[in-house]
Amino acid sequence: MNAAPVPREVHAELKGVTRIYPAVPGAGAKLPVHALGPIDLDLVRGEFFAVVGPSGCGKSTFLEVLAGLQKPTAGSVSFEGKPVGGHVPEGIGVVFQEDASFPWLTVWHNVAFGLRRNGVAAAEVRRRVEDAIAFMGLKDFAGAYPSQLSGGMRQRVCIARTLVLQPRLILLDEPFGALDAQTRLLMGDEVLRLWRRTGATVLLITHALDEAAMLADRIGAMSARPGRFIEIIATGWPRDRDSTIVGEAAFGEITGRLWERLRSESLKALGHSGVSAMAAE
Amino acid sequence: MTATRRAADTLILLVGLVVLWEILHRIAGETAMPAPLSTFAYLVHNLATPRFIANLTTTGLELGYALLLAYGIGLAVGVWLGAHRLSGAVGEPILVSLYSLPKITLYPVVLLIFGLGISGKVAFGALHGVLPVALLTTGAIRAIPPVYLRAARTLQLSPWQTITTVLLPAALPEVFTGLRIGFTVTLLGVLLGEMFASKEGLGAMIINALQLAQGEEMMTVAIVLFAFAALANGLLLFVEHRLRRI
Ligand SMILES: Nc1ncnc2c1ncn2[C@@H]1O[C@H](COP(=O)(O)OP(=O)(O)OP(=O)(O)O)[C@@H](O)[C@H]1O
Ligand SMILES: [Mg+2]
Repeated sequence: MNAAPVPREVHAELKGVTRIYPAVPGAGAKLPVHALGPIDLDLVRGEFFAVVGPSGCGKSTFLEVLAGLQKPTAGSVSFEGKPVGGHVPEGIGVVFQEDASFPWLTVWHNVAFGLRRNGVAAAEVRRRVEDAIAFMGLKDFAGAYPSQLSGGMRQRVCIARTLVLQPRLILLDEPFGALDAQTRLLMGDEVLRLWRRTGATVLLITHALDEAAMLADRIGAMSARPGRFIEIIATGWPRDRDSTIVGEAAFGEITGRLWERLRSESLKALGHSGVSAMAAE
Repeated sequence: MTATRRAADTLILLVGLVVLWEILHRIAGETAMPAPLSTFAYLVHNLATPRFIANLTTTGLELGYALLLAYGIGLAVGVWLGAHRLSGAVGEPILVSLYSLPKITLYPVVLLIFGLGISGKVAFGALHGVLPVALLTTGAIRAIPPVYLRAARTLQLSPWQTITTVLLPAALPEVFTGLRIGFTVTLLGVLLGEMFASKEGLGAMIINALQLAQGEEMMTVAIVLFAFAALANGLLLFVEHRLRRI
């Protein structure tokens, strides 16, 4: 836990949340899919929370339910004390796992997109867009189209597009999943910088244990589908950390602990019926 | 720059075609293939005559109506099949098999329904154009990444804003490809319609000239059609490239 005596204010809360995708007759899905939960979680205002879990365990579903993009099958979600459901509340920003930059707009107009549709004055739009573009290191590409950018840069465009709306809760769904390990470390620094500067609560979904261990205040380890939190680990990192902490002993301990919890879950996700079945062989 | 290069390419192509034409003329002889030079002379003298202009107007009118129908129905059907999963699953294979059908076999039926006048040819042209427009529009809407819709919701867009500022621009380039191909085959359909069971229009002129062995007239009509189709296609391609940011 952090040593500083900051008051713990619950920013977003999930109570008994489950999500079951219904069977769609005639469209392939013959059986309902229990993707998530039950989940109980409090996100503390200003914290950096990472979610790790095997592929297909329900991480994206978790994010979409929290963002109000999907309704939970059971349970409730609230953000800043108000119930979430049906639509995305103002104050929540989402960066998706897939590239969601609009190919028909330049970087500048992609970033300005949300502001313009919401009737912000032109001068203020310009100020915020230029600020976000500079912050994400896209200054030289403001006039470029996404097709001219690398995948990592396109994700930065999406982050900048979210940033200009000044969200108080930022949800990031494996934004660097497609990047190489070194670039990911550097992007991790960038996310830390963003987190410190905006003062927002950040929830980052990742499948990289080292990324979670390096970035987060707390890490939620998710089970194989249906995704539940099997353990929540507090890292105790100082607020002004950066990627150099990968050299610290505590980093190795946290990563090791995560892997210990997730190994059998990842095997399940791969189709092995767990450790017991392997032992029986 | 690219524009001048494209113009140069077009010029080379045109010169090549004329040379090929001259060679064909020397091989096949005067009656089968008139010389380029005499054809151009014929063209200059006859293009502005009332007879030519009347036929040109007829074809233009038919093409205009046929395009209106093909685009209108094609877009509506395409949006419906693209947006509604079950309708798409049922409707798309039907459209694909219709598309591969030689539509000329249906012309007698079209004529029986619409008669020998302008409406028969309009219907036949539209019959050609409607299918690619519908099919490519269906594809365009299906190809919109679902993440765009989720992004629109997190960016606090209203449903109307989502349609006009996200879905429309996302689908537009491919829809436009459909319109371009639709244009070409609608023109083909109208001309085919004019060639059989018609006394008016450029298609009828070609058949007429063929029967009277008027090579120059035949080639004149062909040149006019060629120039028109190439120009229209180039224009549509230009817009399409702009939309695709190439
Ligand atoms: N719209 C849907 N309809 C039916 N099932 C779905 C739907 N979306 C996801 N699922 C299923 O729910 C489960 C969880 O999916 P989800 O995308 O949340 O997992 P994830 O942890 O984000 O996976 P990844 O690591 O690949 O990103 C998967 O088994 C998936 O097949
Ligand atoms: Mg996911």
